[in-house]
Amino acid sequence: MNLLEMSRTVRCDILTMVNRAGSGHPGGSLSAADLLVGLYFGGFLRVDPSRPDWEGRDRFILSKGHAAPVLYSVLARKGFFPVEELWTLRRLGSILQGHPHRGSTPGLDCSSGSLGQGLSIANGLALGFRLQGRDNRVFCLLGDGELQEGQIWEAVMTAAQHGLDNLCAIVDYNHVQLDGTTEEIKDLGDLCAKFRAFGWHVIELDGHDMEQILAAYRLAECFKGKPSVLIANTVKGKGVSFMEGDCAWHGAAPNDRQLQEALAEIRGEEQK
Amino acid sequence: MKQTIPMRDGYGKALLELCARGEQIMVLDADVAKSTRTVWVREQFPERFLDMGISEQDMVGTAAGLALSGVTPFVSTYGVFLAGRAWDQIRTTVCYNNLGVKLAGAHAGISVGPDGATHQALEDLALMRVLPNMTVLAPCDAEETRKATLAMAKLPGPCFIRFGREAVPVITEEDTPFEIGRARLCRSGGDVTVFACGAMVYEALQAAESLDGDGISVRVYDLHTVKPLDEEAILAAAEETGCLVTAEEHQEAGGMGSAVAELLAKKAPVPLETVAVRDSFGQSGQPGELMERYGLDRNGITAAVRRALARKG
Repeated sequence: MNLLEMSRTVRCDILTMVNRAGSGHPGGSLSAADLLVGLYFGGFLRVDPSRPDWEGRDRFILSKGHAAPVLYSVLARKGFFPVEELWTLRRLGSILQGHPHRGSTPGLDCSSGSLGQGLSIANGLALGFRLQGRDNRVFCLLGDGELQEGQIWEAVMTAAQHGLDNLCAIVDYNHVQLDGTTEEIKDLGDLCAKFRAFGWHVIELDGHDMEQILAAYRLAECFKGKPSVLIANTVKGKGVSFMEGDCAWHGAAPNDRQLQEALAEIRGEEQK
Repeated sequence: MKQTIPMRDGYGKALLELCARGEQIMVLDADVAKSTRTVWVREQFPERFLDMGISEQDMVGTAAGLALSGVTPFVSTYGVFLAGRAWDQIRTTVCYNNLGVKLAGAHAGISVGPDGATHQALEDLALMRVLPNMTVLAPCDAEETRKATLAMAKLPGPCFIRFGREAVPVITEEDTPFEIGRARLCRSGGDVTVFACGAMVYEALQAAESLDGDGISVRVYDLHTVKPLDEEAILAAAEETGCLVTAEEHQEAGGMGSAVAELLAKKAPVPLETVAVRDSFGQSGQPGELMERYGLDRNGITAAVRRALARKG
């Protein structure tokens, strides 16, 4: 399966999971789908699904924990657990909690869901690997809305202070949060300039263009001396026209009719 | 007169021991390294020290990441700013992940003194003991703080330790046993039992001494582990002495006394009197003055013992 096909499969998984669960967060999962497919299937994240606890693995921290459906789909498609498990999302006793829980889900490196905390954790991992002379790399996906949390900027300073070049942050810059657009609620302004001013290596890209995504991960991997951040311009709800850019789909489940319509649209792209 | 040393010295000494042994630890501080004594690590083992600056929430998250990478982090700052300001980070990132992050809350209690209420941790035990997976320690002197720090390094899960700022009498010896979860019997007695933690253990012993002169036999325990509670020692004391007193430098609500009360109410409802701060903030003053003002001294304990005995009938 090529990466574009994988992206479509992951999008269909997300919508089906959330529909069957009756709740969840499709918008911010769809916006990050291409970024995670590029990371997990483009050869940038060193993992072994047959050994989820392998010490030599790279780590991925989903700081925007509500986008759990996209991560669960990618982990299942990567082979960490059977795809059928996806349909148990949010049910009592499921290995797939509403927000990520380490220990419940094979391949999942850290619990998250209270926003603004993931980058600090990623920094700690990067510092720990460096202290131990290990070459593991660390990736952290941030939402744009959660950049309104102060802790993020504490962590941005920490990563720069220690020149954590074994760390790559990714901002899913979809401009939409639960209550509206980031511009109308608390504008993030020039994010690239902000990260540059804080001493980071900044790569701006179209977060739905797979070639740009792969090139960005490659650039981040080569860059030494500073932490890298991918500012990925994305569309909330990407791939489903009635969800795109609409904050109503941040945390709402499609009903059966909406699901069929959405899946048809995504599969339609496939036939082009 | 016993030698007096601040408990925080015991914390610093233990960290140096762990570094000297080559343990895979990292000591983090939030710009108060001189106060917490982690400066000793910075001077002698700089590769094992991270000053995170004034960003406690980031410090706790970074510690969680270090733990995930296989390093044991010791997170050090004032208890107020650790247990309070970074509570959600401790809850969701440390405890929900069940990570071996070691949290050290310095400047516990009202005896912090002149800095006043903002810097006097009186709620930390309550905030920490409600968290699943968490172990909570409140040692009584510098030597016990040293041992408790070494013991928490071996625990696989999260652990919080609190200790005070002031020099307090050293009442334990190098060979005094210390085991997490097991209250330490300091003095035998049959009429009433005092469970104390932190600097209140010494005060409880002084109170017991004076009550002895009045023919009242007081059993005293150092309840250094607030969670998990030593239920066996508490229930035996309830049965054998018929009434209990708790003494802590903490709010009455939610603290060690509350933990004891929860157990007694369920399993052995005997009279219980508490010595603690009663729903108020502290204030500036000399440590000794403050302890007296808030009733956190031997006189407060003596009065509580008499109340408990009167209720026992």
